[in-house]
Amino acid sequence: MTVTAPRGTEARPASAEQPAPRRRHRTWFPYLILLPAVILELLIHIVPMVTGFWMSFVELTKFFIRRWTEAPFVGLENYRIAVDFDTPIGQELLSSFLVTVAFTVLVVGLSWGLGMAAAVALQRPFRGRGVFRTLFLIPYALPLYAAVITWNFMLQRDTGVINHILVDQLGLLDEAPFWLIGDNAFISVVVVAIWRMWPFAFLMFMAGLQSIPGELYEASAMDGASPLRQWRAVTLPMLAPVNQTMLLVMFLWVFNDFNTPYILFGTAQPPAGDLISFHIYNASFLSWDFGVGSAMSVLLLLFLLLVSLVYLYATQWRKGRSHA
Amino acid sequence: MRETLGEKIFRVIVLAGLSVFVLLPLYVMVATSLKPLGDVQAGFTWFPSRITFEPFVEMWSTVPLARYFMNSLVVTSVATLFSVVVAIFAAYAVSRWRFHGRNAFMTTVLSTQMFPGVLFLLPLYLIFVNIDATFGVPLVGTRIGLIITYLTFSLPFSIWMLAGYFDGIPKELDQAGKVDGAGNLTILLRIVLPAARPGIVAVAIYAFMTAWGEVLFASVLTTEETRTLAVGLRQYATQTNVYWNQILAASIAVSIPVVVGFLMMQKNFVAGLTAGAVK
Amino acid sequence: MRRRTLLATAPLAAAAAAGLAACGSGSGGGSGDKPASLTYWASNQGTSIENDKEVLTPVLEKFTEETGIEVSLEVIGWADLQTRIQTAITSGQGPDVLNIGNTWGVSLQATGGLMELGDAEFEALGGRDRYVEAALATGGAEGTDPASIPLYGLAYGMYYNVKMFEDAGIEPPTTWEEMVEAAKALTDPDKGVYGMSLAAGSYTENNHFAFINATQNGAKLNDADGKPTFTEDGVVDGILRYLDLMQEHKVVNPSNAQFDNGTKSVTSFANGEAAMIINQNNANATIESQGMTPDQFKAIPFPAPADAVDDCASHLAGINLAIMADTKNPDASLEFLKFMTSPETQAELGKPFASLPVLVDGEPTFTEDTEQADMFMEVYADRAAPLPLVPWEDQFESTVGQAMNAMFATIATGGKVTREDVLTAMQTAQDSIRV
Repeated sequence: MTVTAPRGTEARPASAEQPAPRRRHRTWFPYLILLPAVILELLIHIVPMVTGFWMSFVELTKFFIRRWTEAPFVGLENYRIAVDFDTPIGQELLSSFLVTVAFTVLVVGLSWGLGMAAAVALQRPFRGRGVFRTLFLIPYALPLYAAVITWNFMLQRDTGVINHILVDQLGLLDEAPFWLIGDNAFISVVVVAIWRMWPFAFLMFMAGLQSIPGELYEASAMDGASPLRQWRAVTLPMLAPVNQTMLLVMFLWVFNDFNTPYILFGTAQPPAGDLISFHIYNASFLSWDFGVGSAMSVLLLLFLLLVSLVYLYATQWRKGRSHA
Repeated sequence: MRETLGEKIFRVIVLAGLSVFVLLPLYVMVATSLKPLGDVQAGFTWFPSRITFEPFVEMWSTVPLARYFMNSLVVTSVATLFSVVVAIFAAYAVSRWRFHGRNAFMTTVLSTQMFPGVLFLLPLYLIFVNIDATFGVPLVGTRIGLIITYLTFSLPFSIWMLAGYFDGIPKELDQAGKVDGAGNLTILLRIVLPAARPGIVAVAIYAFMTAWGEVLFASVLTTEETRTLAVGLRQYATQTNVYWNQILAASIAVSIPVVVGFLMMQKNFVAGLTAGAVK
Repeated sequence: MRRRTLLATAPLAAAAAAGLAACGSGSGGGSGDKPASLTYWASNQGTSIENDKEVLTPVLEKFTEETGIEVSLEVIGWADLQTRIQTAITSGQGPDVLNIGNTWGVSLQATGGLMELGDAEFEALGGRDRYVEAALATGGAEGTDPASIPLYGLAYGMYYNVKMFEDAGIEPPTTWEEMVEAAKALTDPDKGVYGMSLAAGSYTENNHFAFINATQNGAKLNDADGKPTFTEDGVVDGILRYLDLMQEHKVVNPSNAQFDNGTKSVTSFANGEAAMIINQNNANATIESQGMTPDQFKAIPFPAPADAVDDCASHLAGINLAIMADTKNPDASLEFLKFMTSPETQAELGKPFASLPVLVDGEPTFTEDTEQADMFMEVYADRAAPLPLVPWEDQFESTVGQAMNAMFATIATGGKVTREDVLTAMQTAQDSIRV
């Protein structure tokens, strides 16, 4: 069943699977209004992705890039190179993958928590609420480059404010640690990512909370529920649809985050902060090895697809929602 | 319903903690943008040795900031507008109808979020080049190409979120509208959209921010004329110097309109907007 | 249900892909149908992109006056240049002429995206012998026609703080060992002053020093067949020697492991935090812009060990100028190349871009200091060697460079790097190279 129904056609004959007979004459309507999205997605996302798939099966290196249609087909060779854990390439990919998993769990979890806390804290109207709302959205509003480069600046060992506070002013540490190289780099990239990501969660929760009718809280309060109980019994379930999508999407974005490590660490990328999106770029595109880079990307895609499907299945099964 | 003490304490702690977390880098940005370059390269000080507005002046000439700003503004606003419109229609279809291919559409759309952007880059560039060659529509190095790219980037998430918000609007409202003889389009415009306003605003903000900050594709799809801010800011790190104070001054300057815009959006989050909807 | 939709969209995707294939690369250069007009992508050589435009525009106008060919200029920052070149070569749509880092010369030649310059082309340019031989060699693999010509020359020199040396009564070093002694004498961690500052977190800088030190030991990074030989003793020893500046001799501030580009160590130097730095000859502008006056610093060749096989003091750095193979204006492009490497233009651009002339009898204008000028010219002509002229040179840079980043980071955070560690790292880097 395609979505290429031209505008203004007669109503399609209803097939046996169409719902509600009342809508039989308008069954083309959803397809029609879906059309712009489909065309755009095909052009910008789908076709390039398919091309990317193809690229993973050919030897697309600097020698072939000009006549990329003639690049030799190498089957699964690129994949083999990517996952051969006896070679540095495979090992580094695996280690990058593990770092990214840890990174994503922490960032998504904490951003969710902070976003939820802030949204709940600002749920009731009070004087100055707007100020807080704006303030909390600023990290998200800043150009990414500026935000991350500021953190790079702050995390410098000798001239950064973080060490200035920790060592010089509070005296918590004796010696100024490195934050941008070595093992601490992981903490740095997590904190910076959270700084930028939590306002987003906050934004989404804020919107969601606004559509929860106040009566539900009143009813719950009258039943003697504590605020925590109310949050669990009213807020969370009502936010479920927003939550469900948001968690998944945040997971995907954070996992695929390229810019944060790229800007934070510049060219001095530490292994502790080696996130997979940048790793793939570094290990392949930088040296024109698009075949292997694409293979790595496809593997990444398969992993994320798997996680998403499991997640969607689990949440659908639990909540009985029919939303895809 | 009065606030309990527990809630009050929770609120104070959360707001205070988050405020510090957010404000620290912001303060560093502002303070650094007012420092002479020599200050910036020495050890950190809370206050500038002398407050200077030079960075705010020089930043316009080191890099053609004004042009980049206009480009970003145009590209981002147009992309946001169209993205929201397209997403609204798509989300309406997904939310209100169980049509053939619905699941496929949603899953495919979601799967686009799983592909690292770097992989899209080259194929997309090639597509644009070929459209130019075949149809004569210039897409590389033009604002249009960037607009189309950005509006599509924010579509998947926007459609998912809006569908979710729409799902939360009871279908009884639709029925009520139909009983009054309204067509699908009217229901969408008169009933569903007003009720989903917070969601739409949130999605619009998301679309705007996605376009505003995107670096990778902009670096390849723009020329000097059409370059956006996100790419332009990187040019303050030149061959000879990293003009920290100017970078941060420029970041502040270009963030102000965005922040002001946010402030104005506050009104749309007013509670009670949907409270009376079912009447 | 999903399969059916995918089946339906497949023909559409296939048609699109076929369309892509049909109108693949070869869809013309970037300068349109106007006969006499070129598009030129310049790299950032000066203080900023805007500044570069100001510098180049009058020069390009002169070209237009002389030849009637218009030039449309775009200056591209280093962060974006490689990606732009990649997309241009892949799509066949790009500029007519462009700057490239000369270490990319052989890699880009291998793509076939740059026009190869044979005898006919060199005749149009005025002959091969006009150019410094080693510089010309960077344009292509040995024994092949180069795909680019040198445009701006650059070489490393060691800059030292005159006052610090005078106060300590030390002579500028002429050997590696003297350099280490001098650095030790001038290191005072309590005052925050170190003997040297290195861009220890920059993989581009680090790989250069791997090369230079290896060359001083007489070792090559690739064999005659073009295969990598990173595990040669000379290479490993050379790298260890460089690392030991921070590890063994402690004359480098561990914080330097965060410096991800050369400008940061230059800043350190200009602020009096380091007595010596090793930088390309265009560091003068940066040093002076940070507050030092020309009489406060001097430059000498980067020294080799007293028993070195080769007194290599620098890799042959610089920028090359190339013509895109897909250009529609090959003749106009050649004229442009000739103009840009004419003695007048070279002298004119040498000053703002602080570059060394690439012509054999070129006149250095990058500095007023004749002593410094002579020193750098000598290094460039006699003591500089090009990085491996192999297509995988870019992989060498990133693997070896990043391995050194990691080793410096280990040292900075308190770990130890032994010769075995260096050997292992080089073996890993070598294994990562896909020839």
